[in-house]
Amino acid sequence: MDELRDLNTMPVPLELRDNVLVTTIDRFVSYIYNWGRKRSVWPMMFGLACCAIEMICAAASRFDIARFGSELMRPSPRQADLMIVSGTVTKKMVPQIVRLYNQMPEPKYVISMGACATGGGPFKEGYNVVSGIDKFIPVDVYVPGCPPRPEALLHGLLKLYEKIERQSVRTVPWYQRGESEAVPVPILGPDLIDPRRLPEIRARLAALRAKAAEAPSEGAS
Amino acid sequence: MVYGLGILKGLGVTLKHFLYSYIEDVRYLFQGGRYHPRHLLERQGPRARGVFTVQYPKEKLPLPENFRYIPFLVYDTQEEKIKCTACGICAKVCPPQCIWIVRGTDPNTGRPKPEPEAFYIDATICMSCGFCAEFCPFDAIKMDHEYELSSYERYESLLFDLPRLLKPDTYHAQIHPSDWAREQAEKEAEKAKKGEKAAVRS
Amino acid sequence: MSAPTKAKAAPLAELKGDLAILKERFGEAVQPAEYEGVVIANEVLVEAARFIRDELGYRYLSSLTAVDYLQEGYFEVVYHAYRLEGGGPLVFKARTPRDVATIPSMVSVWPGADFQEREAWDLMGIRFAGHPNLKRILLWEGFHGHPLRKDWREPYFEEEHKPFSSRWPSGHHIRAEDRAFWHDNVQYPLDWDPDQVEDTADELLYIGMGQFARADTGEPVEPKSLRTERLVVNMGPQHPSTHGVFRMVITLDGETIVRLEPVMGYLHRNHEKIGERNMYLQNMPYTDRLDYICSMSNNLGYALAVEKLLGIRPPERAEYLRVIMAEFTRIVNHLWAIGFLLNDLGAFFTPALYAIEERELILDLFEEASGSRMMCNYMRFGGVAHDVSDDWIARAKELVYNRLPRAIEELDRYLTHNELIKARCQGVGVLPPDLAVAYSTAGPVLRASGIPYDVRRAEPYSIYDRFDFDVAVRYNGDVYDRYLIRIDEMWQSLRILRQALDQIPKGEIQAGKKQYMIRVPPGQAYGRVENPKGELGFYVVSDGSPNPYRYHIRAPSFINLTALNEMCKGHKVADVVVILGSIDIVLGEVDR
Repeated sequence: MDELRDLNTMPVPLELRDNVLVTTIDRFVSYIYNWGRKRSVWPMMFGLACCAIEMICAAASRFDIARFGSELMRPSPRQADLMIVSGTVTKKMVPQIVRLYNQMPEPKYVISMGACATGGGPFKEGYNVVSGIDKFIPVDVYVPGCPPRPEALLHGLLKLYEKIERQSVRTVPWYQRGESEAVPVPILGPDLIDPRRLPEIRARLAALRAKAAEAPSEGAS
Repeated sequence: MVYGLGILKGLGVTLKHFLYSYIEDVRYLFQGGRYHPRHLLERQGPRARGVFTVQYPKEKLPLPENFRYIPFLVYDTQEEKIKCTACGICAKVCPPQCIWIVRGTDPNTGRPKPEPEAFYIDATICMSCGFCAEFCPFDAIKMDHEYELSSYERYESLLFDLPRLLKPDTYHAQIHPSDWAREQAEKEAEKAKKGEKAAVRS
Repeated sequence: MSAPTKAKAAPLAELKGDLAILKERFGEAVQPAEYEGVVIANEVLVEAARFIRDELGYRYLSSLTAVDYLQEGYFEVVYHAYRLEGGGPLVFKARTPRDVATIPSMVSVWPGADFQEREAWDLMGIRFAGHPNLKRILLWEGFHGHPLRKDWREPYFEEEHKPFSSRWPSGHHIRAEDRAFWHDNVQYPLDWDPDQVEDTADELLYIGMGQFARADTGEPVEPKSLRTERLVVNMGPQHPSTHGVFRMVITLDGETIVRLEPVMGYLHRNHEKIGERNMYLQNMPYTDRLDYICSMSNNLGYALAVEKLLGIRPPERAEYLRVIMAEFTRIVNHLWAIGFLLNDLGAFFTPALYAIEERELILDLFEEASGSRMMCNYMRFGGVAHDVSDDWIARAKELVYNRLPRAIEELDRYLTHNELIKARCQGVGVLPPDLAVAYSTAGPVLRASGIPYDVRRAEPYSIYDRFDFDVAVRYNGDVYDRYLIRIDEMWQSLRILRQALDQIPKGEIQAGKKQYMIRVPPGQAYGRVENPKGELGFYVVSDGSPNPYRYHIRAPSFINLTALNEMCKGHKVADVVVILGSIDIVLGEVDR
């Protein structure tokens, strides 16, 4: 833990270098703020596949995630700070995951646990598998492995601590003006549809259709 | 049957587990304390009682030699070359097909040479099955014990390329002692055989 | 790609015994099939099935699956029926041309065919005439295409079979996204209008569900006449007590369950499609991820199925190691199941913690032997991957003789006679024996209903015939008995383990040379094992190439869920959680 504390050096933006007092206050406040926050990251009780078993083991007596203040697995997204996407994300499940993510209050973090959640994993080639949850929701820490050992998950959590430590009260998105935008929920049509990609899908489909319309005439000539 | 007896029994079990932690503490008191490294195996073995927690990251469970996570390539420090001959068996046997190998070519002749020019393992696909290490005929690819690989980004840091994959054979010898001993013995036997043959020829 | 019958005329099955009786009874409508079993004409299929069930005594339909013979132009549905007294299967098949793709439904004979037929419709596109609720089960309503058809290609399609040629010798890394047309794992039909995007999957799912049906008869009623005292409650897919991403749509009358429909597929990972691309050996680590708590016994089931085709047997020591691993797995699974059953009952996490502690000790053994805690990937065709040391055996003995009996004893002591557990479990979720058989349930669920059916006894595999053990059986068929039977089975597993650990001989662990690309002679094999959750079967069709032509998994959790509605009807909504916990499902296996 000590070496982690040493890493707690916050980058000072250039334009703030002159304003030493503000910077110092900011650093001080952020330090307290982050110190309190990082030791009580409550994960959501939310398991997808094989990795969820290792996540449970991480919460059980041998690896004891309670030592890191994360033993309170909240079944409700409203009370959770951290979503551990533990396992293969399928197309059928991804709307629910995005919805859950949207329901989590800020500040929220996502750990993508295991190869499947990170990039599709061994099931990437499958027709019902999403190639990485980060295509839909922002991921903070990736934990590779199939499945990652509970220690590897804890290591991912420590990495998240480092990330939290580096955040500054002045720049974190949830204290900015305006509402943060929700991630559009994917739709299950003939295949998974990401609403953000609809224009692209439309264009590609039109191109495909034009090609298909051309093809028979080519055959005739 | 007295109502509530079952519940009391249950509470008794919890109490027993609770008390064991302190009994064990007393037992370890004059042996350097519970968390002394020499007690780790006992605390985690079949005779474990009381607190069962491993104080990760301060102490780590010893990994068995067979343990497999993500593969690495062995660099032969004696002959100063990569052991891999780019034969492609690992790429073929890999179930999720997460290994990519570019076989090197000799710049003079243009013929393929037994050395990888590039080697990729996609850690976001790898299923840690260990087939690559199991079926490699040259003992060139082995399963790593390093599991602390979390990163903030996946496109670059989790696509392992040749420089990232290469690790010296001393590291291999350290984490796989008996496997290493077997390799050395085979090497010796090969040498002896060659020597014999040479002796017969002369 | 060559289909089995094209390459060389496949040998027709000999009609002996019961098959001959069947032939005699139905005459021309029954024809011998390739390799094994008979083909029954569709017109008499249901009648013949009744005959097989009632007259011939094959009361238990173990597996129903479909094979797509693209070149021959037909689909084949394969049924494996067993006698409860034990013995081999009666294999019968039905065929339908690919463009017709309709086969009479078997639900009226074996209600357990329900989900399996829905799966065949979903993935293979075969209609089952007379099926009461033929909807997609693993994918969602509205999905384009039927993925397991041989002419259907997934978005990331690269090559028909592994190994892919792009990996070597000039394997420049390329992400599947960059290769695919849509830059993602999706594809859309040409006639689809992206401007009319509506999320209808859920609406389509609710059609025909409880809210429009009468409670007593189940007949659909007009929505107009509906007096809406009914409430439809969705549990899952994200729910802390569904053991994963499982969803139940529950129709409630007040707080009483009128109807429960399991909705699954939230973890459908396409094992079978990937399995047909893989080489035989490559499927081994994938089987780990089916029932991810019991990877060792999954390995064993698959190894047995392929060994049946290869006609080989592993050496003695390997057989013992397999049994040891499989029985340890059973203990691991039952500890886990009981721990989490208590979790579902509201005893939050403490019993589970004690159970997990014991599990960790067994996982240490697995890790030392195989290299991984959970995804063991330990069995090979004709052997096992690694040998174990004497120290390992000593530690295993220490566990089996000292630690585990104490742990199970303790579990038994503080749980079995606990009043709260009795009050919550006794008489809840009762499954009568005849229904348990009709619904093709397996494992602890079947045996808790008073049917002493255990594959280890009924059709002994590996070396189980050498060990002295009892088939645990309980007779009430409720949640409490399903809990007790797991305790009983752990004791029996310990018995087997003691014998196996004492008798294990020295010697080889692998028959023949280890090969990564095996050629399996053409044929069909159904290998089954008694997994901790029930009968796990692998139906493998080989066409002689290095890749299986068809690779089907008969998943016990999946089929056990067919009976969930029956168990839950009439109970309160709070009991659903407990009943589900007592079936002990694992979503990796349910959805595959």
